[in-house]
Amino acid sequence: MQSNTLLLVILALAVVSYFFARHKAFGVLKSNGSVSARHSLPAHYGYLLALWCAIPALAILLGWKLFEPGVINGMLVDSLPQQVVDGGDSRIGLYTNDINNLVEAGGIESIADADKQAAAQKLVSLRSASRLVLTVLVLAALLVSLLVGLRHMQPQTQARVIVEKFIKVILVSCASIAILTTMGIVLSVLFESIRFFQQVGFWEFVTGSKWSPQTAIRADQVGSSGSFGAIPLFTGTMLISVIALIVAVPLGLMSAIYLAEYASARTRSIVKPLLEILAGIPTVVYGFFAALTVAPAIRSMGESIGLSVSSESALAAGAVMGIMIIPFVSSLSDDVITSVPQSIRDASFGLGATQAETIRKVVLPAALPGIVSSVLLAASRAIGETMIVVMAAGLAANLTANPLEAVTTVTVQIVTLLTGDQEFESAKTLAAFALGLMLFVATLLLNVIALYTVRRYREQYD
Amino acid sequence: MSDTTEIVKASLARRYRAERRFRFYGVLAITISLSFLAFLLISIVFRSIPAFTQSSIHLDVALDAETLGVSENPDYAELRTANYSGAIKKAMRERFPDVSKRKEKKNLYSLISSGAEFQLRDHVISDPTIIGGNTVIWLQADDELDALVAAVDDVTNIGDVKTRLNEQQRGWIAELQQAGEIKTRFNKTFFTNGDSREPELAGIKAALFGSAWTLLVTFLLSFPVAVCAAIYLEEFAPVNRWTDLIEVNINNLAAVPSIVFGLLGLAVFINFFALPRSAPLVGGIVLSLMTLPTIIISSRAALKAVPPSIREAAQGIGASQVQVVFHHVLPLAMPGILTGTIIGLAQALGETAPLLMIGMVAFIVDIPAGITDPATVLPVQVFLWADSPERAFVAKTSAAIVVLLLFLIVMNAVAVLLRKKFERRW
Repeated sequence: MQSNTLLLVILALAVVSYFFARHKAFGVLKSNGSVSARHSLPAHYGYLLALWCAIPALAILLGWKLFEPGVINGMLVDSLPQQVVDGGDSRIGLYTNDINNLVEAGGIESIADADKQAAAQKLVSLRSASRLVLTVLVLAALLVSLLVGLRHMQPQTQARVIVEKFIKVILVSCASIAILTTMGIVLSVLFESIRFFQQVGFWEFVTGSKWSPQTAIRADQVGSSGSFGAIPLFTGTMLISVIALIVAVPLGLMSAIYLAEYASARTRSIVKPLLEILAGIPTVVYGFFAALTVAPAIRSMGESIGLSVSSESALAAGAVMGIMIIPFVSSLSDDVITSVPQSIRDASFGLGATQAETIRKVVLPAALPGIVSSVLLAASRAIGETMIVVMAAGLAANLTANPLEAVTTVTVQIVTLLTGDQEFESAKTLAAFALGLMLFVATLLLNVIALYTVRRYREQYD
Repeated sequence: MSDTTEIVKASLARRYRAERRFRFYGVLAITISLSFLAFLLISIVFRSIPAFTQSSIHLDVALDAETLGVSENPDYAELRTANYSGAIKKAMRERFPDVSKRKEKKNLYSLISSGAEFQLRDHVISDPTIIGGNTVIWLQADDELDALVAAVDDVTNIGDVKTRLNEQQRGWIAELQQAGEIKTRFNKTFFTNGDSREPELAGIKAALFGSAWTLLVTFLLSFPVAVCAAIYLEEFAPVNRWTDLIEVNINNLAAVPSIVFGLLGLAVFINFFALPRSAPLVGGIVLSLMTLPTIIISSRAALKAVPPSIREAAQGIGASQVQVVFHHVLPLAMPGILTGTIIGLAQALGETAPLLMIGMVAFIVDIPAGITDPATVLPVQVFLWADSPERAFVAKTSAAIVVLLLFLIVMNAVAVLLRKKFERRW
């Protein structure tokens, strides 16, 4: 049977056993007295039997599907002709790939190469054998576990306890996916980075000032030096992020102050969601806007006062990114400003300070840690932002602090290195993972510092 | 009066000015931010307008078997491969008989879209009996003509509007216009076609389906997992290091740049698990990992908002902890959880960067029929079109953005309505 059919069989049987056990339990419990006086409800017995029935078979099916390709491939490789095996791993890989494709395409009899035909036949027979064994195993597992489950269906069985334990295990594993994801990110990025640093030295990467990732395919190729000095990328990222913060911090902070201290409840309820729309617009839209509207505008403005502005200037990308992160600054700052206790303001008013003086000299210092952390979070957003810079910033790695020139960023380079066809093993591809590692570490640090400042601050007033 | 009072009084005017100035800065900051928003939206909507209309040219095409290169009673295969572009070119030559030079002819043909022959083909296949006679058909015009007709009223006097059409071509257009043989109508092609190199034939249907499949996978994966995780953390989790670790991880994941999730998807799902590239399956998995923190955080808030009295009442009549949660707390928290889920999905719908990493940046003409077919999504389509050199793609890109934003608005509006309708205060 196909694995989809098997899955359906398992699920159908689980449903049937649920109703069967529930029905049975209802009768038994009723004949032993009132149903409600029992420890478990009839439905619990139903769930228990369904779990008994489905779990082992599902586990076998899943495990089989995970390991089947590897095992079959291994057996296929064992049966390959000697000259292929001698050719090394890449030759074997190509050969098995070829055979897989031939089998997918069908018509094995028409394969010209006798060796390949034999291998393809071997593959087909291995696959059908595997399917047969799987079917037998799953059906046997269903039968055995159903019988064992039925034996457990006694009135004294505490079905509810078992079922609820199972539910809790599911809940814990769902919650632990967060940890798995983080581990997945760290491990995948780290492993590829380590492989990259075996080819290119770590210090060369973090201190080198020349970035040109085109590695030479032939030894005598011109202009493909393949140097991986990431300093221009780091400075480019910093330049654009700083421009973004210069735009976002004053606008976001003043908006937050106005909304928290001056605005009426009505204004606030309208303006706050409107500002948050800015964070909800997809970044690709900002990228389009930056490349098509803002960059030419800045360019023509610069030319009218006699400045030469690159058409992919850092200023355009940074300014648009700044607009995008206004809500990140304003929302969090708004929250911390409103959480400053009113008594502090009243004390200041009592001494005769105006509202602006109170805000500047009393409220803002009290809210400062929260504001700093909001700025840090916004900065981490800016560093990790991809689409705006991909569409509006340049590709050339210039080491410059001039916002009118084109710079490139870490995220732009990750996208350029990884889009399009390339082999996975080359230093060029692996460099993207090293950059990803830097990005992950940098944003993580910023976030940890931001959370730490907020946490310390909160303790003051609670 | 004492000295201090004097000093204070003297400084009052200055201090009040400072007060007003400070207040003004606040208003100014909000105005600037909101006018950026307005400018962004208006400029994109404005640019998108030409993409929603489509010009067609009225042609009287002679469908004799000789021009089409088919036999007298053609079968289906013959009809599919017949020379429709020849028939169209002939009809154009007949419409403008004085065009004779080779170059002029080429310019003349370029007024009609290269997709027009398929239009004619479908027309003929739907009714093969018209072969041998003449047929009157509205054929799709080229994108340059389209843009020009949308931009100016009088094509012979275009002012400083940029166009690739030369004076002679514009003369022909004017002649067609006067004869009422050019009409502009709603651009259905944009919603029924996949991607194309020709702007007038490019549509967003494939991208819309790709987005739908991807979001479906995202929803099916992230919703149950996020709800279970939220229930665990809010209702069951003991105070220990593991719980702490989970919480720290969720908060950190919420702030990890989206492109890093793309790297994860590339290294783990494509290279390690060998799942298909460019498929909504992998896109959905990556996006669901990305949206998990959002949905978990809002689900936890929704669960927390259910008052303890509900739990205590249920426990009082003998419900177990699991029963309390699944029979009472969860249903009451559901509107809040769904609101959070929709907002998370809206975020996923607008996401581009991680999908570039896993190869969903392909040129997709066919409508993806499942979660393992190569597909692209709406924001990636925007990104691809934004890179195209043809000027008409600017309008197409803007129109795709408008469609994307409409979807986001609808999703967020549903979320807000859901919250308004089911929000309960205890």
